[in-house]
Amino acid sequence: MKHVPNYNFVGNFKISNLSSLFLVLVSLILIFFKGLNFGIDFKGGTLIELRVDSKIVGIADIRSSFSNINLGDLNVKQFGKEGDYLIKFEKKNFDDKNNIKTIKENVKNKLQTDVNFRRVENVGPKVSAELLNSGLLAITLALGAMLFYIWVRFEWQFSVGSILAIFHDVLITIGLFSFLSLEINLSIVAAVLTIVGYSMNDTVVIYDRIRENLSKFSSSKIEEITNTSINETLSRTIITSLTTLLALISIFVLGGEILRGFALAMIIGVIIGTYSSIFVASPILKYLNVSYKTIAKDQENN
Amino acid sequence: MLNFSKTKIISIYLIFLFISIFSLSNFFELDGIFFNKKVNLGLDLRGGSYLLLEVDSSSLEKKRLQSKVIPLKKKLRESKIEFDNFSVNEKFIQFSIKNKDLKNFEKFFNEKNNNNINIFLAKFNSFELEFESIDKQINVFLSRHGILNLRSAAVDQSIEIVRRRIDEIGTKEPSILKRGSNRILVELPGIKNPERVKELLGKTAELTFRLVTDDPNEFGNENFILKDTQEEISVSKRIILSGGNLVDAQPKYDNRNNEPIVVFALDRLGSQKFGKATTKNIGKRIAIILDNEAISAPVIRDSITGGNGTISGNFSFQTATDLALLLRSGALPTPLSVVEERTVGPDLGKDSIKAGTISLIVGFLLVIIFMTLKYKSFGIIANLSLISNLLMLLGILTLLEATLTLPGIAGVILTVGMAVDANVLIFERIKEELGKENSNIQAFDLGFKRSIVTILDANITTLIASVILFIFGSGPVKGFAVTLSIGLITTLFSAYFISRHLTSVIVFNNKEKKFLI
Repeated sequence: MKHVPNYNFVGNFKISNLSSLFLVLVSLILIFFKGLNFGIDFKGGTLIELRVDSKIVGIADIRSSFSNINLGDLNVKQFGKEGDYLIKFEKKNFDDKNNIKTIKENVKNKLQTDVNFRRVENVGPKVSAELLNSGLLAITLALGAMLFYIWVRFEWQFSVGSILAIFHDVLITIGLFSFLSLEINLSIVAAVLTIVGYSMNDTVVIYDRIRENLSKFSSSKIEEITNTSINETLSRTIITSLTTLLALISIFVLGGEILRGFALAMIIGVIIGTYSSIFVASPILKYLNVSYKTIAKDQENN
Repeated sequence: MLNFSKTKIISIYLIFLFISIFSLSNFFELDGIFFNKKVNLGLDLRGGSYLLLEVDSSSLEKKRLQSKVIPLKKKLRESKIEFDNFSVNEKFIQFSIKNKDLKNFEKFFNEKNNNNINIFLAKFNSFELEFESIDKQINVFLSRHGILNLRSAAVDQSIEIVRRRIDEIGTKEPSILKRGSNRILVELPGIKNPERVKELLGKTAELTFRLVTDDPNEFGNENFILKDTQEEISVSKRIILSGGNLVDAQPKYDNRNNEPIVVFALDRLGSQKFGKATTKNIGKRIAIILDNEAISAPVIRDSITGGNGTISGNFSFQTATDLALLLRSGALPTPLSVVEERTVGPDLGKDSIKAGTISLIVGFLLVIIFMTLKYKSFGIIANLSLISNLLMLLGILTLLEATLTLPGIAGVILTVGMAVDANVLIFERIKEELGKENSNIQAFDLGFKRSIVTILDANITTLIASVILFIFGSGPVKGFAVTLSIGLITTLFSAYFISRHLTSVIVFNNKEKKFLI
């Protein structure tokens, strides 16, 4: 009545590790050379979301209504529904206290119609630099905390494996954001941190099983134990990823424009995180020569 | 693992009921002390403005240093120390003294008691000023703690003034908090146009009355262009009266020409000063200077001794109202600048609530359907545990009066997706154990026991990440960390107690039957 799948994961580790390495390298190249599309949270500047009657006003009108004020690099795009637009610019003269007021009045006058300013965000250069730093610090701290937790709960080899898996997930997710020129803002940092947590969670479940099986079948080779453990936990890995993805897809499709980037980052992260706990975190234990002896010491101490 | 004593069962469900009952007050209008709490909606959901203001204290540092000049010179003379090349700049008071006087200077400079030049800050156990001597030159500057003290005083004072001004505007439930060492966070729910607030907060509102004069005097003169007539006037630097002496200011229409004016009332000291100055200077003009701008310069026709006066200056009623408000609430010690602003209109907020709620319901249904299809009757247990989880999550958010933001709703939806993980881990483990053990009870028992360690490990890692996000996140993102963290804790409770108990009920009632999870 019980059916444990028996796929040969270990046999595919070489191919999967090479492709992981390739993807991480490509991501790094993209991040360093193509760069990231930072939003105003991290770059500073102004964002205006407005709603107009789409029958009267088109995107060209919106653009031209901003053109007579010198705002630097102006970015106008449709945002969700028809008639909703998102305008972004990096403003240089930040000290002008009435800037937004002037812009609003100017746009209203030029468009000659009612404009609903749904959202206005304005981040000064000092604050944006701080937000970026605290975002990076948060991610670094989270990684450090994970490393420490796993080191306390398992052995150092497991810490190394799980951290490499997380780096893999975060780098590829950000690399994909760079490739697709998607905006990196505060909510993406939140997504990355959640991915770190999720990927760790997923890895821990498999590691727990590997540790259990190592003590149960002390004479078996790590490859066999890894393969058995992955297979035994496989249906849980898939089901949890599926329910999490169901929730995320619901946010992505129905949660509105503001949450879309966050949901997308999470969806990518969950898929990669699930992959990495099997194909990145597990083989590393083998490369680090984990055996029954690695955990035996720990068990004696307990 | 499957044996539950009666007391245990009762306490589990009592805890569940106690926590989740608080969630009810969000759905129904309930009275009484127990139900007066509600989840707060964040600015991104209810609409409003978030303003981060920065106190620019550099001008204060210069001012503070300048205020030391006269007492310092006086003290140097009193101590019979000859000094030369005395100058002040942004950072230093500089002068040179003879080497033999250095000891003497140091003695009075670092005197802890009754030192009116270099104040000893007991709070920091440090002096306000420090000096360095290079050859014969002495550089006096503000110490690190002196600057800190100055800054925190300026921020505290600014918060007070900002609060008064915002209260005067009449905004609902404003929140005004100190952020870091030199910032003030202002949250204004429900406000549509923060422009007026920004204008009002952007002015220091430093008001002075000074005589218009061409005569050179000991304080010196400075030139202004009058705002109402564009006339250039020369104004004495001597201050007759400042805004600090005002006790009230109101906008009014002038009886004679129906122009908006501001009527003010002075305190006792102010009335005396103003009375004396106006009596002595009848026929002269008095300039009204606000934030280095000359509003008007009327001629003094009579002595004003009653402690009341008016300010005119081509106002509209709105500008007169704003000026009166600023004068009533007092001057800021230093200008404030808006370094971050986020404003969400009420209709976007409503749209976000709608989108958030719909995606929560859909996500929830998808997960519930999936679990039922996958695990049949045990799926229903998982779903019951998921529902109790959500009720408790909402209950705790209500108890803490936490702020729910749009990312916060995303956190709840994500909790829905991830919470079933605990149940899945348990069920999958039981499935394995069922293959090995003879008895159902034993299999369930072992399944729970073995999976619980994994569940703890797995959830604690996610919890660590979200707590770090809570500490470092700002604004709406913090709301995400809140719901995710609380969600993880309620997940542990509902998986470990509620689904375990529900499972035990089924298992004990069907000891012989083969279970197919």
